[in-house]
Amino acid sequence: MNSPFAHRLAPWVAGLLMILLWWAVVRAFGIESFILPTPFEALYALYQFHAVLLHHILTTFVTTVLGFGLAVVLGVILGVLVGSFRIIYSALYPILVGFNSVPKAALVPVLVIWCGVGPLPAIFTAFLLSFFPIVVNVATGFATIEPELLDVLRALGASRRDMIMKIGIPRSLPYFFASLKISITLAFVGSVIAEIVAGNSGIGNVMLVASSNFNIPLVFAALIAVAVMGIAMYSVFAFIEKRLTSWSVRGAGGIEMATGG
Amino acid sequence: MSEIEIVDVDLVYGRQAGDKSDAQTLALEKTSLSIGNGDFVAVVGPSGCGKSTLLKLISGLVRRTRGSVRVDGVEVTRPLKNVGMAFQNSTLLPWRNILDNVMLPLEIVEPYRSQPRSEKPAQRRRAERLLESVGLAQFGDRMPWQLSGGMQQRAQICRALIHEPEILLLDEPFGALDAFTREELWGVLQALWMERKFSVVLVTHELREAVYLADTVHVMTARPGRVKFSSPVPMPRPRSLETTFEPAFVDLVHRLRNHVSGH
Repeated sequence: MNSPFAHRLAPWVAGLLMILLWWAVVRAFGIESFILPTPFEALYALYQFHAVLLHHILTTFVTTVLGFGLAVVLGVILGVLVGSFRIIYSALYPILVGFNSVPKAALVPVLVIWCGVGPLPAIFTAFLLSFFPIVVNVATGFATIEPELLDVLRALGASRRDMIMKIGIPRSLPYFFASLKISITLAFVGSVIAEIVAGNSGIGNVMLVASSNFNIPLVFAALIAVAVMGIAMYSVFAFIEKRLTSWSVRGAGGIEMATGG
Repeated sequence: MSEIEIVDVDLVYGRQAGDKSDAQTLALEKTSLSIGNGDFVAVVGPSGCGKSTLLKLISGLVRRTRGSVRVDGVEVTRPLKNVGMAFQNSTLLPWRNILDNVMLPLEIVEPYRSQPRSEKPAQRRRAERLLESVGLAQFGDRMPWQLSGGMQQRAQICRALIHEPEILLLDEPFGALDAFTREELWGVLQALWMERKFSVVLVTHELREAVYLADTVHVMTARPGRVKFSSPVPMPRPRSLETTFEPAFVDLVHRLRNHVSGH
């Protein structure tokens, strides 16, 4: 069961089983389609409204990627600072935790007052949700550098910049990619929430309009679209991660092999 | 080649900014040591006697509290550039292959750092030749974790030498290795030194290692550390494993042994 082919197949089989279960539940309990549609009705809605959906999918995608990109840039900068200087860590960590504890959905109305209805609140919400994991992970990567490695460079008379470039960044790449995979999915959550609360376009807006028309199959079609985008972006980062940080994964199997599972 | 002069050095740990405890440790007290051009010096002593601290002082990683540390007549105030260091544990960067690890100092130390890209192949060849001289010719493209502990230490010594430093500082570089590998690497290190004649300070707790490799062996006392006994090693070079069974060798090891344990 451990052949590469089986691993390639496993997610599709699991996905198919989940759809079958969904379908069986709807059928077995005779649930009306305006409460919970069958997966096929959702897929049909996806096909039926594909022209409209495509436009909104694109809007949500661009919004999410903009917010996420902003989070990456600012998150890396702040993460490096927080991870490299204890005083900045002490100063900023409580504030960061505080900001992250604020429910972002509650901020959307305020953002609308500031920026008006449109893509800006969604970009900003996507940014807010995806920012924190990147800061924390990059900071952890920097803060846990083995002092012996730094001594090697210091004994060569290396500058602080050398140490960041030659050790800090490569060392924290695995942490960075772990946070990207979390953050991109959170960014989708953020932009869709903002679109539901205060959007005039995007997948979230489609869902809002569709559910007020009791077009629940379309709501689920929209959800499927978001999920697929999330999986796609996640896979992109997983792929890049595998190429760049293979050094940190020494062998296949991990704990599964170690415990003889 | 460089001369190192340590005179009456005190070192107190635990007074750096941000340290909450008031506890101060006197790591070194009135320590004096001088190492001539191209000398091979070994420092032995019980653990915690400040041997490693001594190396950090010379390399400029740590500043003395009192006294003076001079290299070629110049007081050491910040990390030196003509020093190569190797440590007990592998400090190879896990994301670089062996060759790139060995070439790391060339990316930092002048004049190599500002050499044009066209010099890169020549630098590569130098690193490969160095790896070859320690028996790692075919391992340049391996990652550190794919190598045994002994091989990693060989690579580390290559990294310490690639920029042709005048001083080589070794902090128990063979301490974590098995006896056979260790004795083999003594020969490797001796050959490198006889060829290039840099000044070496070797810190170790293995007396046979000190006598095999060094021209002079210094014994340090436990905290606070201080040099309490020094002895030249008269055995001719190149020394081999056979040398370690000669009466003169065994005798010297024995005498050093008594100085380490006796108070």
